[in-house]
Amino acid sequence: MSHHDHPQGQHDKHEKHGHHAGHGAAPHVLSLRLLGTVLLVLLALTGLTVYTGKRDLHGLDLGIAMIIATCKATLVCLIFMHLKWDRRFNAMIFLFAVMLLGLFLAFTTLDLGQYQPNVAAYRAAQP
Amino acid sequence: MTSAAPAAAPAHGHHGPAHLQHHFETSEQQFDASKLGLWVFLLTEVLFFSALFVAYTTYRSLHPEVFAYASNFLDTKWGAINTTVLLVSSFTVAWAVRNAQLGQRKLLIMNLAITLLCAGGFMGIKYVEYSHKYHEGLLWGGAAHSIFKYEDNYIRDSVKAHSHAWNEGSPHNPAVAAVKDLTKEQRKEVSIFFAIYFCLTGLHGIHVMVGMILLTWILIRAARGEFTPQFYTPVDLGALYWHLVDLIWIFLFPLLYLIQ
Repeated sequence: MSHHDHPQGQHDKHEKHGHHAGHGAAPHVLSLRLLGTVLLVLLALTGLTVYTGKRDLHGLDLGIAMIIATCKATLVCLIFMHLKWDRRFNAMIFLFAVMLLGLFLAFTTLDLGQYQPNVAAYRAAQP
Repeated sequence: MTSAAPAAAPAHGHHGPAHLQHHFETSEQQFDASKLGLWVFLLTEVLFFSALFVAYTTYRSLHPEVFAYASNFLDTKWGAINTTVLLVSSFTVAWAVRNAQLGQRKLLIMNLAITLLCAGGFMGIKYVEYSHKYHEGLLWGGAAHSIFKYEDNYIRDSVKAHSHAWNEGSPHNPAVAAVKDLTKEQRKEVSIFFAIYFCLTGLHGIHVMVGMILLTWILIRAARGEFTPQFYTPVDLGALYWHLVDLIWIFLFPLLYLIQ
C-alpha cells in the first residue's frame, strides 16, 4: 500500500525524504486509503471498548480499557498527527510529555496509601 | 504573517515567497519552527490535563466503589456517539491537511466545514448531557441544585423547593430516588465523582470550543485561497491541536463512562 503520493507537477521528483530535503521540498502526503483505514480501526476499537466495558471482566476492566485507549491514541499520534514521518524531535517532545504524565501519576500513586490511616482516624473522631 | 515580503517580490527571488518571514532562511525552516512550537504547546496541554488525571486516579483508587456507582448516572450511548463524532472529525481534519498539501481548495473547505460541524455536534451532545445532569441535580456538592448536599434533609427540602422538576420518587427524576438512601458520607463521596467529571469534561469542552474558533479562522483563510501546497502551516497546526482534543477524549470516555 502506498502511504504517500506527492503533488504532481509542483515539485521536483528527486526529494525522497519529504520535507527533510532542501528548499521547495514536497510535503509528505498521506493517502486517503490510509486515513480511512485508520478511522475504521479507531471506530472498531471504540466498539470493542464499549463491548468490554459492559462486561464483568473480574477487575481487568480498567486495564483492558486503558490498553484499547492507548492503541487508539498511538494510531492518532503516529498517523493522523503524522509523527511516524515527522522530525524525530517532535515525537521526542510528545513522548517526554507522556513520561512526565507517567511520573506524575506514579509518584502520586506511591503516596496514596500513606495518609489513609490518619484520614480514617480523623473521620472516626468526628461526631 | 503573509505581509512580510513586498508584494512586488518575485515568488522565488531574493525575498522569498510572500508567506516567508524575514528571519527564516527557507519555508521549510519556518514550517519546522512553527511545528516545533506547536508540539511544545501540546506538551504543556498534556501536563495541564495531567493534574486532573491525577485527581481522578487518586480518588478512584481510594473509592473504586463510588466510581462504579456514580458512573451509572452517565449515559454510555451519548459518550460513545461523541467518541465517534470526534474520531470522524479527526479523520476529516487529517484529510483537510492532505487537501491543503495537494492544493485541493474545495475539498479543503469541505473537510474543514465537516470538522467544524462535528465539533458543534459534540458540544450539542455535551449540552444535552449537562442540562440533563443539571435538571436531575447530579452536580458537585457545592452546587446550589446538587442532590449530593451533605445535610440530611437536603434532598427533601430541595424537592420541595424545585417541585416542578424534582418530584421525589416520580419518574421525572429517578436520580433522587436512587440517591435518597445514601448516607451523608456516601453522598459526599459521590459528589466528588461529579466534581471530577465536570472538571475533566468541562476543560475538554473548553478545548473543543477553542478548536472551533481556530478551525473557523482557518476555514475563512482557506476560502480566501490563502493556502497553497507551499504554505499550509495553519491547517497543519490547527489539525494537530484538534487531534490532541480527540486524544484526550479517547481516554476520558472509558475512564468516565465505562466503569463496571
